[in-house]
Amino acid sequence: MKNSLLISDHEKSARAERRGNDVRVPDRDERPGRVYTRRRRRLVANLTGWSFAAPATLVILGLTLFPAGWAFLISREHWDGFSPARQIGWANYSNMMQDPDFRGAVDHTVMFTVLYVPVVLVFGMFIAVALNRKIRFISFYRTALFVPMVVSAAATGILANFVFDPQFGLANNVLRVLHVSKQGFLTDPHEVMWVIAVIYLWSDLAFSVIVYLAALQDIPQDCMEAARMDGANSWQQFRHVILPSLAPVTVFVGIWETISVLQIFELVLTTTHGGPLGASQTVVYFIYNEAFNLSRYGYGSAAAYALFGATLILTLGAFAYSRRSKIEAF
Amino acid sequence: MADTTVTTAKPRAAGARKKRRFSRWHLLLMPLSLLFMLPLVQMLLTSFTANGEINRFPPRFLPTSLHISGYVRLFQDAPVARWMLNSLIVSGVAIVSHVVLCSLGGYAYARLSFRGRGVAFMALLATIMIPTQMLMIPTYFMFSKLGLINTLGSAFVPFLASAFGVFLMRQFFLSLPKELEEAGRLDGLSTLGVLVRIVLPLARPALATLAVFTLLNSWNDLLWPLISIDDPNKFTIQLGLINFQGAHHVDWQELMACNVVATAPLILAFLFAQRQFVATMSMSGLKG
Repeated sequence: MKNSLLISDHEKSARAERRGNDVRVPDRDERPGRVYTRRRRRLVANLTGWSFAAPATLVILGLTLFPAGWAFLISREHWDGFSPARQIGWANYSNMMQDPDFRGAVDHTVMFTVLYVPVVLVFGMFIAVALNRKIRFISFYRTALFVPMVVSAAATGILANFVFDPQFGLANNVLRVLHVSKQGFLTDPHEVMWVIAVIYLWSDLAFSVIVYLAALQDIPQDCMEAARMDGANSWQQFRHVILPSLAPVTVFVGIWETISVLQIFELVLTTTHGGPLGASQTVVYFIYNEAFNLSRYGYGSAAAYALFGATLILTLGAFAYSRRSKIEAF
Repeated sequence: MADTTVTTAKPRAAGARKKRRFSRWHLLLMPLSLLFMLPLVQMLLTSFTANGEINRFPPRFLPTSLHISGYVRLFQDAPVARWMLNSLIVSGVAIVSHVVLCSLGGYAYARLSFRGRGVAFMALLATIMIPTQMLMIPTYFMFSKLGLINTLGSAFVPFLASAFGVFLMRQFFLSLPKELEEAGRLDGLSTLGVLVRIVLPLARPALATLAVFTLLNSWNDLLWPLISIDDPNKFTIQLGLINFQGAHHVDWQELMACNVVATAPLILAFLFAQRQFVATMSMSGLKG
């Protein structure tokens, strides 16, 4: 309002011209008043923008980028958290390569990931297809399968300790009724990772099912109809219509699950503490144990950086793959 | 009336056929959903079963009588009410702060133009790839320098805002038509006024999604309180639960009562707002 009163007719026409063709820059010497308002307006826009964006941006970057940089510095130190840190270069990283405990943790984590991710993809897709039907009790089925997702890792772990208790747990009780011999489950080094995988599947399956279900409901009905018209049986419909349209989601769920399984920790802590005999020690449990139980912060940070490196390589690899095969997962 | 006559008169044959064609999917889904519910049912039953009966061999699934003594002992032995209150505070603060900060940030990155916007947004997106485990060691020392260790503050500060939240809100704001906002501007609203009066009322589904996401993350978090809190009066319910397990692992009835108390609020929230929970999950899937 104020501005328009101050602007001369000449400037008004100049502004109108600019509106049509926004390349002319106002001449600084010719129109000082106008430059002032434009600059001021830009300043106001910048200030407004930043006052909106800054709180969230500062909190997030302050709590990630800054500690991430610091973690790298710590990873090159020998430090117990109290006495002064000693610079040791890459020694933490090279020690890690020869540490049998770390190797074990990596082995368990990789094995778990390689076994678990394909299972959760196939299982999730299959159950999503099943739940995508208009049959009786379908809302009961959905609720029953989705509820475990909101149960915390702590509660899941404690519940699992009870269900898989060798003495009076439900699992051995069922085996007894079926005349199968008693199992050690979480107390048996050969079984423990499998049992943790089953527990994790219970609490995590809903995620992939829900994502697949959302994708299934996005498939246009016409496509299914057309396939049916052409005489495709239900397997052919699945193979040639449903499966291809689920490919992007599969890439996404695969990456998501891989990253979250590489970080599995809380379930291990609440069920076995990495035992028996380190048989369920995972990478994050190793990091936690080194840092917060053994006060070897430098060594723990180096292991954390190794985890980050592996995650980064996997993520970028998956990105590149989905770009190249033209699956738009992101 | 018209409806019923149509359905009964027209396809009695169709109705009969429907009945006969029992879907084979039931054979898969019925046992599977019972299997998924079983542990939770057992948790609830155990919390009402006297310890003498739990430890008997062979164990039985259904208790012969129900007792609330586990819950009574639980509230006598541990400051469970305090832990629940702490968790409520942590989640409440996290949700409010997420809604405020992520809306403001999301709106700025969607609609406002300012210097450095592109760089700042890319930096935010990049942080999504950094695993929290890598940050826990320096964050612990950072918080202890700030005097936050062993306060409730340390439990909620990491949940004040998230890159995912900003991204979610930005995507939603981008999908809204610009014309409404322009109309608001013409009526003399400030930028904040446009956001609060026009945009946010339209963004209710996105805000609900954000709230559910934050609730799940903050209520169920264990790793961070585990590292940053040792004062039993500052425990969140999850931390209280695993400490309780260490101290009372023989008393299964009491432990399961504690488990029920820690789990029930989110299960009730889920049953009450299932649609929103599911929407949140599928959003996180499609928008990464």
